[in-house]
Amino acid sequence: MSASVLVAGVGVMSSIGNNVAESLDALESGKAGMGDMHYLDSLLNGKLPVAEVKFSNQQLATISGLSSSVSRTAQLSMIAAREALNDASIKNFDQLRTGFISANTVAGMDKTENFFSEFLSDPSKGKLRDVVHHECGSASELVADELAIRNYVTTISTACSSSANSIFFGARLIKHNMLDVVIAGGTDALTKFTLNGFNTLMILDQNFCKPFDEHRQGLNLGEGAGYVVLVSERVAASLEKNPYCRLSGYCNANDAYHQTASSPNGTGSFMAMKGALDKSELSVNDISYINLHGTGTQNNDISEGTAIKDLFGPSYPKMSSTKSFTGHTLGASGGIEAVFSVLAIKHGIIYPNLRLTDPMKELPFVPETKFLKNQNIEHVLSNSFGFGGNCSSLIFSKI
Amino acid sequence: MSDLKKQIIVQLNLKDLKPEDIGDDQPLFVEGLGLDSIDALELIVLLQQEYKIKLSNADDGPKVFQSVRTMAQYIKAHQAQKE
Amino acid sequence: MNIHPEKNLSTEKYITASCLISHSIVYLNDKAVFENKADSVSAFLDNAYQHFDLKYPKFYKMDNLSKLGVLGSDIMLKENFIPGKYQPAETGIVLMNASASLDTDIKYYKTVSEIASPALFVYTLPNIVIGEICIRNNFKGENAFFVFKNFDGKFMARYVNNLFDNGVIEACICGWLELIEEKYKLVLLLVEKEKTNQSIVFTEDNINKIYGIDNG
Repeated sequence: MSASVLVAGVGVMSSIGNNVAESLDALESGKAGMGDMHYLDSLLNGKLPVAEVKFSNQQLATISGLSSSVSRTAQLSMIAAREALNDASIKNFDQLRTGFISANTVAGMDKTENFFSEFLSDPSKGKLRDVVHHECGSASELVADELAIRNYVTTISTACSSSANSIFFGARLIKHNMLDVVIAGGTDALTKFTLNGFNTLMILDQNFCKPFDEHRQGLNLGEGAGYVVLVSERVAASLEKNPYCRLSGYCNANDAYHQTASSPNGTGSFMAMKGALDKSELSVNDISYINLHGTGTQNNDISEGTAIKDLFGPSYPKMSSTKSFTGHTLGASGGIEAVFSVLAIKHGIIYPNLRLTDPMKELPFVPETKFLKNQNIEHVLSNSFGFGGNCSSLIFSKI
Repeated sequence: MSDLKKQIIVQLNLKDLKPEDIGDDQPLFVEGLGLDSIDALELIVLLQQEYKIKLSNADDGPKVFQSVRTMAQYIKAHQAQKE
Repeated sequence: MNIHPEKNLSTEKYITASCLISHSIVYLNDKAVFENKADSVSAFLDNAYQHFDLKYPKFYKMDNLSKLGVLGSDIMLKENFIPGKYQPAETGIVLMNASASLDTDIKYYKTVSEIASPALFVYTLPNIVIGEICIRNNFKGENAFFVFKNFDGKFMARYVNNLFDNGVIEACICGWLELIEEKYKLVLLLVEKEKTNQSIVFTEDNINKIYGIDNG
C-alpha cells in the first residue's frame, strides 16, 4: 500500500464568503453569491449576473498585504491560501519540504485590461506596473514568496479542471516523498476577457443559473480561490489537530471530442470518475456525496449526468452543484469545491443544489435541493471538467 | 447565395472548399459540411457583421443554419422587415 | 545508442520518435525534413500542413498554437506510431511552455471592441491544443499543461516517468510548445516502454539534447 495523503487545512474565498466560516453560513442558509456587477466594469452589467467577491481591489490589498498593483487573481489566492495554511497550523513549517501548486486561467488579465484601455487612448499612458504580472505563473510566485514556500512552486493551466489537477499533482509529490507539505488549489478573478468570451459562446444565463434543471439556460461566471493543505502521514502525526480527511483517489482523462463541448455521453467524465474510484479502491456504493461539476449549461449537465447514470445506476448517492451558489469560478472551481467536499466530510453536511425546480427529464436521479445535517459522509467525489476535454475527479475519504 | 457561400468560407476558415462545393440545400452541420457548435456561433457573428441581423437566441440557430438556402431566406426576411 | 545497461531496464522508457519545429525548419527524429521561409508563422504552418498532406480540414480553423501542436504530433506519429497499439486511455499528453495561450489571447482581445470572436475565444487556453491532439488521435489518457519560464527537461523526465511507473499511461507525447507572435518552438517526444532500432533512453540529458538541436 502506498502512503496516504491527508488534508490538514482548508481556505476559501468566493462570492458567498471571504473565509470558511462565512462560506459554511451561506451554504446552510441557501444564500447565493450572484448579482449585478459592483467591481467589474463591463457594458454587460445589469444584463448578466456574476458572482463577485464582495471587495474592491483596494480592500483586497489591505487584507492580503500585497501591493494594490498586484492582480485580483493573486489577491484572492493570497487570502485563501493563507487561511488554509493558518488552519493547518504546522509548527515546524520552515523545516519541511514545502510546495505551492496553484492553478489559474486568467492571471493578471484584469490589470492588463486596465493598462490597455489607457494605453490605446494614448501610447504614453498606462502603467507598465499593471502588466508585469500578466502571465499565469506570476500570481503563484508572488503568493508562494509571501507564504515562505521553500521548495517547489508551479502553475497548472488546464481550464476549468486546473485546480483539481493541481491538488492531485500535489498529492503525488507527497506520495513520492518529494515534498512534505503542499498547498494546492487555484484562483481566478472575473475579467472582461472571460465574461465577453463566455458571452460569445452563448452559454451565460441571464438569470441565476439552474444546474441540472430541465430549463437550465447556462452558467454564471464567478470568482474566488480555494486551497487545501496536503500533508504526508508523518507530518499529519506531528500536528496538534486531526486532519480533515484523506485524498484517496484522483484521475484525469481527456474527452477527445471537441475544444469546448463535452461528448454527449460524457466519455471523459465517465473515465475520470471511474479512474478515481479505481485508484481509491472504492465501488460506486461507497460514495456518499458527489460535488458535481454542474455548470448549468445544456451541454455539461446532460453529459455529466449521463456519465453518472452509466457509472452509478441504478442507485445514486446524494449530489449537488455548489456552482448554484458560487457561479463558475473557472480555474478556482476545483479548489473551492475541494474545500466544500472536505467540509462535507468534516461536518456531515450536504449542500443544496439551488433553484432546481424541474429535474432533467433525461436523467433518472435528482440532485439534493435541501441543506442536510447529521449525515455520515464517508467518501466524497468532486468533479471538475474543463475546455480542451480535460476531465478530472477527486475522492476525499473520512479517516 | 454564392456571395453568402463565399462569406461562410472566409468566416469559418474552410480553406479546402470552394463556393461551388457547398450545395444550396446541403446540411451545414454534422453529416453535411461537418460544422460544429463554434461554427454556429461564428455564423451568428457573420449575420451581425455582414447583415446587421442579431440572432440573440441560440435556440433559433438550428432552424436558420440548416442550409445555405435557409440562411439566405432568413436574411431576406429580416432585410424586408427593416424596410 | 545511449543505453545504460547498468540501469534497471524495467523502469527505463524510450524516446521512440521526436519532432522539432523551429526557425522555419521541421526536424523528424533529428533529421531536417522540411524547410520553408514563409513571411509569417501562419503561412509557414499552412505550407507545412500542405507539404505533409495531412488531410485534416479542421486544421485551418485552429489558432497557431494548436496548428503547431497538431502539425508536430501528426508528423511525429505518422510513421512511428501504430494507431490502436494502445487503448485510448493509455496514451497521455504532457506539455509545457512559457507564454500559455497569450498569442491568441491578444488576437481575441482585438476582436472584443467590435464583435468578440467565439472561434478565437475557445483557443484562449493553453490546454486546448492538447484537446486538439487528443481529438485527432483519439487519445484519452491523462493530460497536463504546465507554464514554466524555460524548458525544464528534468521536470519533464520526472513527471512523465512517474505517470508510467504508476501505471497511469503506456505511451506519452510530451514536450515544449511555445508560440508568441512570430516566435515559436516545438519539441515533441513520443515516449514508450519498449525500445526500437532508433530509440534512445528517456533521460533528462537526452531530452535536453533533442531540445537543443537547433541551438535556439
